[in-house]
Amino acid sequence: MARTAVGAGAQVGERPPDIRAVPLRHPGRWVVAVIVLVLAAMLGHSLVTNTRFHWAIIGQYFTSTRVLSGLAVTIELTVIAMAIGIVLGVLLAVMRLSPNPLVSGASWLYIWFFRGTPLLVQLLFWYNLSALYPRLGLGVPFGPQFVAGSANAFITPFVAAILGLGLNEGAYMAEIVRAGILSVDQGQTEAAQALGMTRLQTMRRIVLPQAMRVIVPPTGNETISMLKTTSLVSVIAVTDLLYAVELIYAANYRTIPLLIVASIWYLIVTSILTIGQYYVERYFARGAAKQLPLTPWQRLRRNLAITRPALAGGLEVPRPPR
Amino acid sequence: MSVSGAGSGSPGLMVEADNLHKRFGRLEVLRGVTLQVRPSEVLCVIGPSGSGKSTFLRCINHLEKIDAGRLWVDGVLVGYAQRGDRLHELPEREVCRRRAEIGMVFQRFNLFPHMTALENVMEGPVVVKREAKATARDRARDLLAQVGLVDKADVYPNQLSGGQQQRVAIARALAMEPKLMLFDEPTSALDPELVGEVLDVMRRLAEQGMTMIVVTHEMGFAREVGDSLVFMDGGVVVEAGPPRQVLSDPRQERTRSFLSKVL
Ligand SMILES: Nc1ncnc2c1ncn2[C@@H]1O[C@H](COP(=O)(O)OP(=O)(O)OP(=O)(O)O)[C@@H](O)[C@H]1O
Ligand SMILES: [Mg+2]
Repeated sequence: MARTAVGAGAQVGERPPDIRAVPLRHPGRWVVAVIVLVLAAMLGHSLVTNTRFHWAIIGQYFTSTRVLSGLAVTIELTVIAMAIGIVLGVLLAVMRLSPNPLVSGASWLYIWFFRGTPLLVQLLFWYNLSALYPRLGLGVPFGPQFVAGSANAFITPFVAAILGLGLNEGAYMAEIVRAGILSVDQGQTEAAQALGMTRLQTMRRIVLPQAMRVIVPPTGNETISMLKTTSLVSVIAVTDLLYAVELIYAANYRTIPLLIVASIWYLIVTSILTIGQYYVERYFARGAAKQLPLTPWQRLRRNLAITRPALAGGLEVPRPPR
Repeated sequence: MSVSGAGSGSPGLMVEADNLHKRFGRLEVLRGVTLQVRPSEVLCVIGPSGSGKSTFLRCINHLEKIDAGRLWVDGVLVGYAQRGDRLHELPEREVCRRRAEIGMVFQRFNLFPHMTALENVMEGPVVVKREAKATARDRARDLLAQVGLVDKADVYPNQLSGGQQQRVAIARALAMEPKLMLFDEPTSALDPELVGEVLDVMRRLAEQGMTMIVVTHEMGFAREVGDSLVFMDGGVVVEAGPPRQVLSDPRQERTRSFLSKVL
């Protein structure tokens, strides 16, 4: 019966049949699944039968001009503020890691201040900047100015919103980027330097691309959070999505349906951002994982293939993107 | 003999270290290293852990600042520019230009994981030398062929074995067309059966006339390929000479006791 290892070597080609085990049953999972289904059915039922949701009104306002223009402002604010935040964050993070104490100190001070004061206060501050500096100008420090103008003309509510959101975000992004940079092995910097790369080239070509794996997930989080944080700008009279619906229900008192309109839009944009984040993460995972994670679409096909083994053949593992 | 203090290094030497000192805080790691490497020479460096072998290589490549003594590469002072009798620190551009002429291979390979093998080899020429991508790609393919890895050109480092990664790392260094190659224990992180393939590549490189400084524990390699061997301990060169003589008939007691432990 028992063969020695040496003996087995001579028997190559005699392959035992595939194992066909009885799958383990999971009764607990079925119970949970039934409970979840019942709860979902109850929720669905109430959504349809409770007339106080006023689905007709929701449908009517969902694509109204005022809601859509509010949505546009929200998206615009999110995109611009995040762009400022990311650029500023990279800059502050690199400054923070500088060997020059004045440079890293300046970065530290910035982060300390903008994380340490409420965003709402910062927004109001930028909005009321003209009270502090009635005239703004560009010129030689302590010398003549080339362009100058009234602060009120330059700092419109929208500009104040962008400044408030973007500069605040920069402080948070700086810490995210710094964590990313620190996560990259020191040996990478040395290898790049040994090739003759400058500090800047090393950062841009070697360190940051690898840091992205650590930077992207929290940045996605920040973006989604920013989408909703933009609703704070109503305090400085910028008509974003939430303020737009507030203005509508202040007139017609359809508070709940209009809040639902806004919520659905926030959910839609968040969903799109989540999908985008997934693909960005996949892109920066190249070379890090032995195999890239599947896209949601590929995962769906795989799941179908597992329940219907006939389909199992056609699943190819994606090549990493270039 | 060697020029004291001022002036350039002795003519006809690729590397010349004269009483080199390096401190980390209060720890004096190099305490007067003096040695010479001629062009096309293969110098092997052995010594116990912490004796300053890596630090010495890193000084040559400007990865560490020299505290005292002088070091010349190809007749040019390392780390500083001498004007009159004052030494001036070098601007970053100059440091980078000099590093680009020296290849370095690390114990832990340090390949760029987000780039394929081919992209790793192309990176230096394209970014540092601003070579056209097409030219760099062709040469990178040639270099990968030289180290026996053409078929792995489009593979990411984490899909390569240690030996393959180290060969890509050598190709990456060679892509800069260095006049000097520094190897810091290039085979220490490898499984025993992969050591040979890396040493073969290094042996061929030596035959082609490359000047090399190799920190290694591979005494066989040192004996066969090395033109000379130094034994470092406590931040100084304890003994130097032809590899066969140092390995089989060491003059110094410290060398003898080290060799008896590793051989
Ligand atoms: N950046 C640093 N800061 C402080 N100490 C350091 C630094 N780099 C090296 N050292 C110390 O310097 C000494 C010599 O280090 P080095 O790496 O040159 O030794 P080595 O001969 O290469 O040893 P090994 O065979 O272990 O690689 C060690 O004691 C080490 O701890
Ligand atoms: Mg070492």
